[in-house]
Amino acid sequence: MTVVLALTDISIRFGGVQALQDASLAVAEGEFIGLIGPNGAGKTTLLRIVAGILRADSGRVVLRGADVTGDGTAARVRKGLALTHQIVRPFRSMTVLDNVVLAAGYHLTSDPWRALIHVDRRAEIERAMAILAKVGLAGNERKHAAALPLGQLKRLELARALALDPSVLLLDEPLAGLNQTEASQQADAIAAVNAEGTTVVLVEHNLEQVVRVCRRIAVLNAGEVVSDGSPTQVMADPVVREAYVGDEVAAHA
Amino acid sequence: MSAYEISLISVIGINVMLAVSLNMISGFCGQISLGHGAFYGAGAYAAALVAVATHNLILALAAGAIVGSLLGIVVGFASLRVRSDFLAITTIGVNFLFTGFVRKQSWLGGEMGISAIPTSGLGASGNMALIIGFAIVTVALSLYINSSWMGFTFRAVSEDEDAATTLAIKASSYKLAAFGIGTALAGLAGGLYAYFTQFITVDAFDFIVSVMLLAMVVIGGIGSTWGVTAAAIVLTLLPEAIRFLNDYRLLVFGGLLVLVIRLAPGGMAELFKGLLSRTAKP
Repeated sequence: MTVVLALTDISIRFGGVQALQDASLAVAEGEFIGLIGPNGAGKTTLLRIVAGILRADSGRVVLRGADVTGDGTAARVRKGLALTHQIVRPFRSMTVLDNVVLAAGYHLTSDPWRALIHVDRRAEIERAMAILAKVGLAGNERKHAAALPLGQLKRLELARALALDPSVLLLDEPLAGLNQTEASQQADAIAAVNAEGTTVVLVEHNLEQVVRVCRRIAVLNAGEVVSDGSPTQVMADPVVREAYVGDEVAAHA
Repeated sequence: MSAYEISLISVIGINVMLAVSLNMISGFCGQISLGHGAFYGAGAYAAALVAVATHNLILALAAGAIVGSLLGIVVGFASLRVRSDFLAITTIGVNFLFTGFVRKQSWLGGEMGISAIPTSGLGASGNMALIIGFAIVTVALSLYINSSWMGFTFRAVSEDEDAATTLAIKASSYKLAAFGIGTALAGLAGGLYAYFTQFITVDAFDFIVSVMLLAMVVIGGIGSTWGVTAAAIVLTLLPEAIRFLNDYRLLVFGGLLVLVIRLAPGGMAELFKGLLSRTAKP
């Protein structure tokens, strides 16, 4: 079992709030892990630290054996990480296709001078079309991203991330705002990506879907990993109930 | 061709270079700059000094482009720290710093500027042809950049820098590239201007010039090479064609700017496209 993503003793403080306290997590290659916890538990913060958007006060992030703690987001993405945002951020002035084409050409964008001499987009368009078909957006290629409803924007966000050929895919609430059917389809699409070998770290509030598709669940509460195991183990863990329901209620129960 | 026409066409060529190069920075890459006059001026002064010292046209123009670009990259580093309107204000500061600095430097002629810049040896028509040649190269380069992967990436950085970063795009490199290329062309335009007038003072590169150039970009249609080229030509000719407007040049530019932003944010390029699609329908 090869560890592709290792977080060691990650701590971060926002003013008076200790958002994460020595959080550690090791994710093995090909795993599909759900990161859950009540609001304010530090899930999104942890994801943003892994992506390099936030810098932890202490702790290390190791990606495929390389310490990336000091790297910026773009550098981490080039080393095999991809991230989708909780609030979708497509390039609204571009077509759906161009959004994915740009991601598919990530190897061209590393150096502006290389980007300057590259004009031909056929290879990237071909890849982007295949990825759009995979996430169920075929037929929408020429639409402007701004014209898509939320359900499809979430898919576009996933398509862009997939176009980066990630070995580790970080998803921040990809199901939020979707109705039951859409959420279920999107969860299946993510599971299909994982089945092809991509390691997936999923932060999600939709517990029903997380328990359905994830093979491992880690629970964060008040900045600490309080439970970690298979969905059945984790959901039966009294610590998890306590985290969700609250200390007092659990004590009275 | 009369001397007047030759001079007018030369000025148009220089303005096209300036507006199109500013459009690469502000239109393509989204970094609003109100200091383009400073890079234009830095290039003009560098070229003038080299021209006086060496009498070599190619060396002088190269010096203009290089000094413009170096200053541009320095200011580009500022764009990594400050965003949008703060960057615009920073670049205004750069323009005032430039003019204020030059005025106090005796080696740059201070208030008197640099006179007796040697001729290019090409004559007035030759100069004009050189300027038009470089203006065409600038427009062609701009069109090429926009069609290349660099232009594609510029659009992403311009629209949402943070989202671009998550697609492995190092936004800082692209901003520096935009400033480096755009200000090199402004510096080159400055060199051509020095040869064109053979006499430069810092007033030719003050903040008002930067405002007029940004007005050309916005009125032409921010991001559109053809729109900006057309706006640079029209807005250079307009005060000439309607002489009484000359005294009210700033008022006219300001008024047009407000009208465009209010009524047609896409500028002339958008209006033209709208016209085309309307005439295309039966």
